[in-house]
Amino acid sequence: MNFVRKHITVLAGALVYVLLYAVAALRYEGFFSLPVFINFLSNNAVLGIVAVGMTFVILSGGIDLSVGAVMSFSSVLIGVLVMDMHWNVYVAIAAALVCGTTLGAVMGAIVHATGIKPFIVTLAGMFFVRGLAFLIHLESISISDPRHTAIALASVGPLPVTAVLFLGFVLVGWYVAVLTPFGREVYALGGGEEAALLMGLPVRRTKIAVYAVSGFCASFAGAALTFYLSSGSHLEGVGMELDAIATVVIGGTLLAGGVGSVFGTLIGVLMLGLILTSITTYEGMMSSGMTRVAIGGLLLAFVLLQKVLTRRAGVGRAT
Amino acid sequence: MRARNFWPWVALAALLVFNLLFTPGFARLELRDGRLFGTLVDIFQNGAPVMLLSVGMTLVIALGGIDLSVGSVMALSGAVAALLMTEQGQSVPVAVLAALALAVGVGAFNGALVAYGGIQPIIVTLVMLVMGRGLAQALTHDQKIRFEVPAFEFIGNGTVLGLPFPIFLVAALALLVGLMLTRTAAGLYLEAMGSNPRAARLCGLRVHVIRLVAHMTCSLCAGLAGLIAAADIKEADVANAGLYLELDAILAVVLGGTSLTGGRANLVGSLIGATFIQTLTTMLQMRGVITEHTLIIKAAVALSVCFMQTPAFERLARRFRSAEAA
Repeated sequence: MNFVRKHITVLAGALVYVLLYAVAALRYEGFFSLPVFINFLSNNAVLGIVAVGMTFVILSGGIDLSVGAVMSFSSVLIGVLVMDMHWNVYVAIAAALVCGTTLGAVMGAIVHATGIKPFIVTLAGMFFVRGLAFLIHLESISISDPRHTAIALASVGPLPVTAVLFLGFVLVGWYVAVLTPFGREVYALGGGEEAALLMGLPVRRTKIAVYAVSGFCASFAGAALTFYLSSGSHLEGVGMELDAIATVVIGGTLLAGGVGSVFGTLIGVLMLGLILTSITTYEGMMSSGMTRVAIGGLLLAFVLLQKVLTRRAGVGRAT
Repeated sequence: MRARNFWPWVALAALLVFNLLFTPGFARLELRDGRLFGTLVDIFQNGAPVMLLSVGMTLVIALGGIDLSVGSVMALSGAVAALLMTEQGQSVPVAVLAALALAVGVGAFNGALVAYGGIQPIIVTLVMLVMGRGLAQALTHDQKIRFEVPAFEFIGNGTVLGLPFPIFLVAALALLVGLMLTRTAAGLYLEAMGSNPRAARLCGLRVHVIRLVAHMTCSLCAGLAGLIAAADIKEADVANAGLYLELDAILAVVLGGTSLTGGRANLVGSLIGATFIQTLTTMLQMRGVITEHTLIIKAAVALSVCFMQTPAFERLARRFRSAEAA
């Protein structure tokens, strides 16, 4: 397989993104500028970090519906630890990361040990973690802590801290997926579990690890959310699982597993951000409800497109 | 041979006995103004939406599918009915029929994408889960819509023969679907498709049509459940109507013995399962557990029940038995 054929979905995504951006730049004054682009990165950073984790799960042939709940949980936990318990911000974030990773690993372990379908396990996980988040604090909690504010206001050059974190996740995610044995195991698992098993790959470890990675990313996104909103929020994570799946799919990763890339997800996030920002801010016509409808419609369109493309190219398994 | 719904009945009976013994006021029933009042009646009235959802969900799950959008369809149908009655001044039958038609439309959309588009049911219905509530929010501008229409409120809290009207709605729909499953070939087709779609297609079953109809029926049930929920509180609350209920419905079906891998439809089991869940919910409420916290317990119950259906559990049970024998 040569380079172009191998990366056809990502390249096509990138091309569509450039075209869409060009159309928007022609239509709206001042759209084609660095601050606007940076806004895309920082406004969608939280979703992007979640989506990087989701990419690994989908690449392995699974799905994780608990990410929105884990993100909310982590942000609320950080809020409670910092504001009510007066913990150091860094320690609070570390605690949230440990919790999120553990929750993910437990879900992965359940998926592997019992053979219950991943979406049932993570759906139950979603409800469980939402319940946990309400258990530690019934309402969203605003965070005002000098150390926390300092991080929230930090920036690298023109890039705000959340955008830097997002790009960092993409880079590390790309490295892990492409250049490490773990990444190869994830792709192999998504290509076919039985084959991966027969090749002697550590299927159990890999399966548990992808959900742990997803939980880690989701809880890190919760931390990023607290920087972005200065609060821990129960509401922000609702529907996040769909947004994350949408960006991963739009980025060219196949829901059947085994095909896709982390850079595709970056493009998916940017594309979703571009479309939604141009419709909501520049056309000024959508409510939050209609935004959800638009994301759903977009996802369906891309999934159907993938179906057509893969059927023609004979890639991927029938599901 | 053990009766078909042995374990679901046992579970429900155990929960009821526990409550009769340890939850004060649980068994009290009184007749006031020709209507029965009491916790046991409340369980059936408040549980009606989940029971309806579980009837529809049974069909979809028997096909090896899933419908995550039922909660959102509830919100959508309640909102549409309320909007038609308040803003458009439409009559009750028009509002009810329009809301149900919209629900069936959503089901047709789901079914078509799954059957003809070949997309996994979980993705399609997850999209509808988000889009349905989004549409309801857009239609109502995120406002709760209150209404005072006695004829419509009857759907949620009317009384017939001393019992709440929703109970009769559930009974009628369950009877209809039940007859369809047992007295026509539909049940056989459904189970055949669920256990082996390819074989079913080769046998000449119109698998796409069956799937379409199953999703439409499931959505219709959800639409009706949405009307009951809205009529009960005289308000369409798009943010909360049907929220988190998809898990309850799936849990009810699985508790009732319908396997998530498809191939088996057990309607009576699902209804027992739904009653179990509502009893659990009511019990937790009576004990002062906050609704949001009950999510934890329900998720744990859901996972345990799913686990008990898996081969892994059987292996574990076998090992346990042989260790006991040794």
